[in-house]
Amino acid sequence: MSLRDVRIVVNDRELRVEPGITIAAALLNAGVQDFRTSVTGAPRAALCGMGVCFECRVTVDDVAQQRACLIAVRDGMRVRTGGEHA
Amino acid sequence: VTRVERADIVVIGAGPAGIAAAVSASELGASVLLFDHGLEPGGQIWRHRAGARVPRTASRWLARLRRSGARVLRGVSVLDVRRADDGSPFEIVAEHDGSSAVVHARRIVLATGARELFIPFPGWTLPGVVGVGGAQALLKAGTSFRGKRVVIAGSGPLLLPVAASLATRGARLAIVAEQTPREAVVSFVSGLWRSPSLLAQAAQYRARFASTRYATGTWVTEAHGREHVTAVTLTDGRRTWREDADVLCTGYGLVPSVELARVLGCDVRDDAVVVDDIQQTSVAGVYAAGEVTGVGGAPLALIEGEIAGTAATARHVAVGSLMHRRDALRASARRMRATFAPRAELRACVTPDTIVCRCEDVTFAAVSRAPNARAAKLYTRAGMGPCQGRTCAPALSFLCGWAPDTVRSPVEPAPISVLATDSTSSDSGATS
Repeated sequence: MSLRDVRIVVNDRELRVEPGITIAAALLNAGVQDFRTSVTGAPRAALCGMGVCFECRVTVDDVAQQRACLIAVRDGMRVRTGGEHA
Repeated sequence: VTRVERADIVVIGAGPAGIAAAVSASELGASVLLFDHGLEPGGQIWRHRAGARVPRTASRWLARLRRSGARVLRGVSVLDVRRADDGSPFEIVAEHDGSSAVVHARRIVLATGARELFIPFPGWTLPGVVGVGGAQALLKAGTSFRGKRVVIAGSGPLLLPVAASLATRGARLAIVAEQTPREAVVSFVSGLWRSPSLLAQAAQYRARFASTRYATGTWVTEAHGREHVTAVTLTDGRRTWREDADVLCTGYGLVPSVELARVLGCDVRDDAVVVDDIQQTSVAGVYAAGEVTGVGGAPLALIEGEIAGTAATARHVAVGSLMHRRDALRASARRMRATFAPRAELRACVTPDTIVCRCEDVTFAAVSRAPNARAAKLYTRAGMGPCQGRTCAPALSFLCGWAPDTVRSPVEPAPISVLATDSTSSDSGATS
């Protein structure tokens, strides 16, 4: 933890994370294991890490279907995981 | 809001090939726009966080890029590339920060790189199963694997740097399983005597995970776990055993990302964009460089990028010595790809219940009833999800021998607002 940390809210839980990391990294470091729920209800998380596979989709500041591996954390960002299809 | 811009040359993809192309063209006086998906230029191989240290070659090229005057647009998804009808031959439609941009360009350099080849097996959809390159990307993006028990099982030279990075950053590596048989790996390595720097690099990587077994002729057949991977099954064809794992890194080399090339109508052979001596594709004015023309690594990508960027300016600059070095590197790249090509036994890992299309959760049983990729898409939705078949099409090509289906724009999902502005702007000159 340092003064440079940014604060994000993941499913109503506040996290202080290193600036510059991606949402995917922040979630994995916080022990979040399922990023989204698949169309048949199975948990899924980041696979390719580079924006190709769309498995890491989460809702960011109320915008659904965002790829967690492509977006850097921003102070005040709200992230929701586990959504159906997102 | 749709922004309309113009550039002499648009380079798509800011990995080594795209950076070299943008730098070369820009230094010769062309106005250049360089688009990239990522947060920072560098592509997958030079991926880094803003302000982070990068390898020396990367920092030299990134500094040259900053000085070159080429404009870099980060976080861009290119949705469509087509011929414009207003005199400037090409029109590129992109999404940037939720709005659309249309760029008119005289020439295009495709440097769209490659992605990992995933081969499905039971359990590969579990959280905790990531790509080999995927693990490297997540690590560089700030993910901690400290204390995690990690199994790496896949194919190719990429296994070494990823194992080295994970071990250095505190992961507990259980085993590194290379599916290529021992004799093939040994013969490949002994053929590298002409490239002592590659051998030295491989040895350095190996030294960083020296206490972990590097098992050739070994592959993963199953990942176990309910909500997350907890163990994997490995085999060497004779013996089959289980390894506990918090993380499985798996990937069988790279496949070129040819979607935009195919939208433009460029010839694609053996999954790679066909180029001539000066990196021009079968479509005049469209050049391609780097992994998209055949996976061969960063040194080759840089040279191809330099040739493509120079040629795209249409200036008479001698590139003969670059071509000579390129051809030598291409020959060793072909040898590398042949050595580490996935073995036939990997086809037998998939079961009828194994999910093949992860976006739509389509099983192998459902897909394999279809005669080809198009039919599978129509009847099962395989390849219809957000990734547009980027993950399952190469897998099905390996499992069923199917050629990929045609590519249609938008090549990536985009908000309807972006697509709407796009069609308004592109139709603005037409009567409707």
